[in-house]
Amino acid sequence: MLSALDHKLLRDLWRIKGQAAAIALVVAVGVLLLVMMSGMLNSLEETRRTYYERYRLADVFAPAVGAPEQVLERLRAVPGVAAAEGRVTGAALLDMAGQDLPVRARAISLPALGAPRLNAIYLTDGRMFTPGRTGEVVLLKGFAEAHGLRLGDHLRATMNGARRDFTIVGMAQAPEFLFTTAPGEIVPDDARFAVIWMNREALSAALDVQGAFNEALIALDRGARLAPVLAAVDRILDPHGGLGAYGLKDQISDRFLTEEIRGLRVSSSVVPPIFMAVAAFLLYIVIARLVQAEREQIGLVKAFGYSDWEVALHYFKMVLAIAVFGALLGCALGIWAGRAMAGVYQDFYKFPFLIFRVDPASFVTGVLVSVLAASAGALWVLRGVFRLTPAVAMRPPAPADFSRTGALNERLKGWLDQPSRMVIRRILRNPGRIAGAVVGIAVGMGLSSAQLSLLSGFDRTLDLTFGVIDRSDVSVTFVQPMPSGSVHALRQLPGVIEVEPVRTIGVTLRNGAQNYRGAINGLVTQPRLNRAVTSQMDTIAMPREGVVLARALADILQVKAGDVVQLDVLEGRRPTLEVPVTRIAETLLGAPAFMHMDTLNRALREPGRVSGAYLRVDGARIPEVFAVLKSMPTVAGVARREDARAAMQTLMDTGAGMMRYVMAAIAGIITFGIVYNAARISFGEQARDLASLRVIGFSTGETAFVLLGELAIVVLLALPLGVGIGHYLSFLIAAGFSTDIYQIPTRFRPDAFGTAALAVIVAAIVSGLLVKRDINRVDLVATLKTRE
Amino acid sequence: MAEDRPDAGLTFTTRGLTKVYGEGPAAVHALRGVDLNIPDGEIVVLLGPSGSGKSTLLNIIGGLDRASSGRAWFRDLNLTELSDRELTRYRRDHVGFVFQFYNLMPSLTARENVELVTEIAADPMSAEEALALVGLGERMDHFPAQLSGGEQQRVAIARAVAKNPNVLFCDEPTGALDSTTGRAVLHVLNDVNAKLGATVMIVTHAAATAAMAHRVIHFADGAIRSVERNSTRQSPDEIEW
Repeated sequence: MLSALDHKLLRDLWRIKGQAAAIALVVAVGVLLLVMMSGMLNSLEETRRTYYERYRLADVFAPAVGAPEQVLERLRAVPGVAAAEGRVTGAALLDMAGQDLPVRARAISLPALGAPRLNAIYLTDGRMFTPGRTGEVVLLKGFAEAHGLRLGDHLRATMNGARRDFTIVGMAQAPEFLFTTAPGEIVPDDARFAVIWMNREALSAALDVQGAFNEALIALDRGARLAPVLAAVDRILDPHGGLGAYGLKDQISDRFLTEEIRGLRVSSSVVPPIFMAVAAFLLYIVIARLVQAEREQIGLVKAFGYSDWEVALHYFKMVLAIAVFGALLGCALGIWAGRAMAGVYQDFYKFPFLIFRVDPASFVTGVLVSVLAASAGALWVLRGVFRLTPAVAMRPPAPADFSRTGALNERLKGWLDQPSRMVIRRILRNPGRIAGAVVGIAVGMGLSSAQLSLLSGFDRTLDLTFGVIDRSDVSVTFVQPMPSGSVHALRQLPGVIEVEPVRTIGVTLRNGAQNYRGAINGLVTQPRLNRAVTSQMDTIAMPREGVVLARALADILQVKAGDVVQLDVLEGRRPTLEVPVTRIAETLLGAPAFMHMDTLNRALREPGRVSGAYLRVDGARIPEVFAVLKSMPTVAGVARREDARAAMQTLMDTGAGMMRYVMAAIAGIITFGIVYNAARISFGEQARDLASLRVIGFSTGETAFVLLGELAIVVLLALPLGVGIGHYLSFLIAAGFSTDIYQIPTRFRPDAFGTAALAVIVAAIVSGLLVKRDINRVDLVATLKTRE
Repeated sequence: MAEDRPDAGLTFTTRGLTKVYGEGPAAVHALRGVDLNIPDGEIVVLLGPSGSGKSTLLNIIGGLDRASSGRAWFRDLNLTELSDRELTRYRRDHVGFVFQFYNLMPSLTARENVELVTEIAADPMSAEEALALVGLGERMDHFPAQLSGGEQQRVAIARAVAKNPNVLFCDEPTGALDSTTGRAVLHVLNDVNAKLGATVMIVTHAAATAAMAHRVIHFADGAIRSVERNSTRQSPDEIEW
């Protein structure tokens, strides 16, 4: 049996259903985002864990030149090692029909019979190769799709200098290749790097490593520590040309996935709280108006003998009803949206299955936070209910007192007509409420301008990386370090304008406990094509001694210019070098390190060697140049800048990057919501005054000025504040999104703020038009007859 | 239609004026065909119970509302044919309104409330003059919140008369006031009529107010039941409250 007050509650809710629904929706979107994002994060992590576990992904990868099978026994004996397995892997070049460039590939062995103990694959199409048939391969599904390859198609490959033909008999996905990146490149790209699995016997023969493995895979015992195992494995593999063991977290695919998940987590911790705050603000305003309008009824109910608490509870229930409804709606929509998004992410990350798991804590958090946020807003209003005595409440409200705003009178009077004075005095009388609207709009605008400036920050990353720092058109990688004379051969090619040699070697950089597995680029003294640059984009000349580190790398290693870092070279005679850091370079993509080529070669005792070159090519003759490069047996890979740039763009626009667009859109919606609400609420408060103006002969336009003048001032105040907030937020969010894979530059971006400001102004104009329509419709007679 | 043209010397003329709210069985007939002639310069009191149609008539000839059928003229201006913009113009130039709840702008002082009108009117008196007329010369820089109910109502009257209106509409002007303040307000209306020659139309429940009018129109069920002319008018002081 409902009490009379509860009946009133239901009717009141029905009466303000439009506003209540709008607020519930804001709450719902906040909760939706919370549930969806935490559900997605949960699902991604759970799916990753299960995928890794089900396909037995190794915890440690240990490449070597070649080690006999017996060494595996020694690896298995290392404390903390649960399993060790050897495989053969090597580089291949695929000659794709219709492609002017060969595509780099990695060939990986699988046992002829049965599944491997570690790093199993998930066969999506076709079958495994038949034992004894050396020409059959299983191809990475993502690459096959990128090139439209089908089962039964043939692949022409060059391995170890020899031509081979393969038939695709199966396609597979694998947890170690969720993202694929060609060696020496930073950005994953399905199309430009292939993985082929083949019979161990066949691959061993092709690579000439019979009776040996060249990569050990190791699974750790639960709870085993990584570092001692890595050290022990390195010691064991050292005589066999070990190239340095590394853990899963340094594995490229896993590192990308980790960064993606981290990016999602940044978004999920920023956006939902903002929605909650906006919802609380709106609830506060609506309930405040309601209580004001119902002061007579409140007085009446109190006069009947209801206590303050009972009356307060009545209004509190209304707040609760709206908040809980919104929260529950948000939970339901969140599950739905999370499931949909997780499906998208499943495709994007190429998981063979998806474990969708909603975090139950997110429901509890969502509902609790909505109720708390709403209550916080409502509590302010309820104080007013307590203060109302029955007698005061039942008298009509006195006109709002503007006498304290009169101080500005004399100065104002000279140049303001009466409608303008009304606008100014309303603002002066209630600066808190105006400030609320100003801050609300500014936060919304700040959020969207920060997102926009991030987006243009990404563009700048691309422009700087592929236009300023790297000015080459093409980079060529040799199969193995070559004498510097081979660079001259490249220079002779028709269409090649400029050639710059590079010597790149894999290293682990160390500073105390900090370490980073990366590469050193050995450059010429005055590089022109691929450079290390200062923050002013001036070329840094390569010093004869020491190493130049990218800022991201210096941050990871926690070193500054003048400090000494240790380089464990992973190639050749594998020396360990102690070198001083001479400069810090500005880079936005990757975390490279640079040295003088001669210095590097001297340390390796391999004078005059180059591992590749950067080329500037006459645009019209690029196909010609590619045709020649494709036929050169010493060339392992050719990368076009444009392709790398496009791949980077794709990476930034999809996955976690996509969230940035969603956030920019959401920020825009919030901004519009606040602007429109500010206009509506102001209209509600002034409806009677506006009707009076109409009655005494003001046109709708003149009347609208009184209403919209305030909105205009609020918006004008919000714009500069929004710029400030946006500027600050863009630093925060950029720091959240920057990784060692790419950094987002933050600087003042007039275009982003201009766009955001324009959006706010458009929102204000649209809101103004919507509300002006209401002024036209207002029932003059009814409004004047009621006494508020 | 020459025969429909109102005679000279009439402020308002209506013919067959009706107003229907809603449709079908739920329709409410607020006016059921009102024919009326109001001469220039009179004080007219409209009496009748709630819902009898007197306020509806006032709203239509005041340019606040539209008739469902029939015609209404202000002098020779056909109000029933005016656009919204023209109605606004009509209110701005010719009409003053006084309401039961004053409807002052709380953010403007007494003087500014009056100036709100004088700034846009064609031939206004000064705000000071209007406020002096209602006996509020002293308090014109006070905000509504600092004025009593009677004072607020006098500001509202000053605001209504400052434009030198041809007609002053008062809907329950004393409804929210005690007898002393109420009488003072009626005095002001009397003075405005006498000094400015404006036609004053007062809608009220208070039958005693009728004693100060030149003409009293009784309303019932959306139609005029009777019209009387007072041969002798009482001063507001003599009116029983």
